[in-house]
Amino acid sequence: MAVGAGGIQDKPWTDPKAQPFVRIQGVTKYFDDVAAVNGVDLNICRGEFFALLGASGCGKTTLLRMLAGFETPSAGKIFIDGVDMADIPPYRRPVNMMFQSYALFPHMTVGQNVAFGLQQEDVAKPEIAERVAEMLELVQIGELARRKPDQLSGGQRQRVALARALIKRPKLVLLDEPLGALDRKLREHTQFELVNIQEKLGMTFVIVTHDQEEAMTMASRVCVMNAGMVEQVGTPSEVYEYPNSRFVADFIGTANLFDGVVTSSTASETRVHSADLDGEIVVGGGGTAAVGATVSVMVRPEKIQVVPDGSPAPSFNTACGQVREIAYLGDMSVYHVELPSGKRIQLSRTNLLHTADTQISWDHTVRFEWHPANGILLVI
Amino acid sequence: MKSPAKSFAARVRKLNQPGAAGRMTALVIPYAWLALFFLLPLLIVLKISVAESVMGIPPYEPLLRLAENATVQIHLTFSNFVLLLRDDMYVVAYLNSVKIAAISTLVSVVVGYSMAYGIVSSPLRWRYLLLMLIIIPFWTSFLIRIYAMIGFLKDNGLVNNLLMSLGVIDQPLAIMYTPLAVYIGIVYSYLPFMILPIYAALERTDPSLLEAASDLGARPWKAFLRVTLPLSMPGVVAGSLLVFIPAVGEFVIPELLGGLGSPMIGKVLWAEFFNNRDWPVASAVAVAMLALLVVPVMMFDRFASRYFRGRS
Repeated sequence: MAVGAGGIQDKPWTDPKAQPFVRIQGVTKYFDDVAAVNGVDLNICRGEFFALLGASGCGKTTLLRMLAGFETPSAGKIFIDGVDMADIPPYRRPVNMMFQSYALFPHMTVGQNVAFGLQQEDVAKPEIAERVAEMLELVQIGELARRKPDQLSGGQRQRVALARALIKRPKLVLLDEPLGALDRKLREHTQFELVNIQEKLGMTFVIVTHDQEEAMTMASRVCVMNAGMVEQVGTPSEVYEYPNSRFVADFIGTANLFDGVVTSSTASETRVHSADLDGEIVVGGGGTAAVGATVSVMVRPEKIQVVPDGSPAPSFNTACGQVREIAYLGDMSVYHVELPSGKRIQLSRTNLLHTADTQISWDHTVRFEWHPANGILLVI
Repeated sequence: MKSPAKSFAARVRKLNQPGAAGRMTALVIPYAWLALFFLLPLLIVLKISVAESVMGIPPYEPLLRLAENATVQIHLTFSNFVLLLRDDMYVVAYLNSVKIAAISTLVSVVVGYSMAYGIVSSPLRWRYLLLMLIIIPFWTSFLIRIYAMIGFLKDNGLVNNLLMSLGVIDQPLAIMYTPLAVYIGIVYSYLPFMILPIYAALERTDPSLLEAASDLGARPWKAFLRVTLPLSMPGVVAGSLLVFIPAVGEFVIPELLGGLGSPMIGKVLWAEFFNNRDWPVASAVAVAMLALLVVPVMMFDRFASRYFRGRS
């Protein structure tokens, strides 16, 4: 087991003996007969940066609000640090939340906003002042303590909201789309800052976001949600490289999906016949699909290579197609290739040279291939 | 001025701006109306208040008079105002009016705030019905509603009969013709003016602010005191002005429901004007009352607007 510098395990969720810090058991929430959250089971470990990722309406915010205590589960239980939260109102939970709208008190100054949490529990005044100043320093807005929220920019307000959520040193911090209102540059900068703060304070963060890049950048683990249910939980690289469903494959990044039928399955490889490709598809690794099963094979765009002209054509995982669209993104280019079957796939190449890729242009016919290890078998 | 940062609202304002002629018309009409029916009568009252009282029609001396040596003489007297100070009755009536208005305003704040809070907290489909019930009494004339209060409050009225039949009391309570009846009448009549602005302020308050307070450890009553109440203060201030100002000059309610014990300035004014036919003194009372009300109200308004500056 890998142990990090601070004595905290790098991957605490892999330890079967570890007690999860947040335990969500069979939680369901109905709003007028509609299940916003449907039978969710999740374990979140101490010190994790855990992301709930999904499109709007997938139930991620409802789940977060149940952790905060603003919504009561229709069924199921939530334990935080081993304590059943069923009868515990929001103001007695060891949890603080950063709201999507920030919800700053408009009639209080920045300092008063941040001090509010400490004032609720008989902390001595000099200590409050000291801790507020320290916290404002941490989020780099020390000079704004006397301003009112309407005199702040969006980025400054975001920092006040963060400071207010952290000041009580809660065991669990909930962040509802914390960077949603910031522009791109500021958002990218703040992402790393948020992770640094979380590591520095050693708190457990649960963040809700619809932005997969944001989730992948910050989170130790990502929980992909769809229609109130958990689709997959894993590290960012797990959910990207090994999605367990077509939904996750499609939602995280770009996926090329080839539908086909399993023709053979051994311990080392699975062979799939797809009408879209010239030969068979070979997927490395042990197969779980039975012969004759309908499956999808998922390949990421960057894992598909163009076969240079004159090279011998590979016998599997390959096809020819015409380039229909080229998206030049600077660091790389994405090519949309139309196969003879009419299916379009995407492949991407890093632009290593200034003049790279002049040889691939619109309506060129290209042959591509991918390594068997780079295909993922998804049972439909 | 062209500015790329100009807000959408500013651009809409620009588009909706009428031409110079239209703007003039829009300004002139209301100001002409106010000048004709508010400023002019006020100046006439001011003029009468500095005139000498005489027996005749009109019952006061003209302001300007042509003297025998063919000069125009201006006759001013401040004796009417001096009288207001010299005779206790006016000061007592004025202070009594302020006291009654202040207590009524306070009671209205407490009752109106609870009602507004109750309406805001009720489910949406109930809210408009409850608001409607607040407004419906306005469909009946104010005078008739006050007359109807007599039927409630008199010795063998609804309230006393109900309490006696329930066995709570065996003697009818003397409510009519007491200050209590005046308080009941004022609070009943002006309560909607308190409820509506407070309701508007409460309804505007973002519910996530209360969630944030609760999340930070504030118990419900603490969250109310630190978040809901301060954010609804503009509504409380507006409601208080809307109740206090007309209540000070109230005439109908003390006349119909009140006794002789605690005169209000409105009643005194009426008596001077119609019973004594002393128009100058009546005008002096009106001017003094206006001056004494305008100053504290303007101070209050200035304080409130500074206090609430920067609040959305």
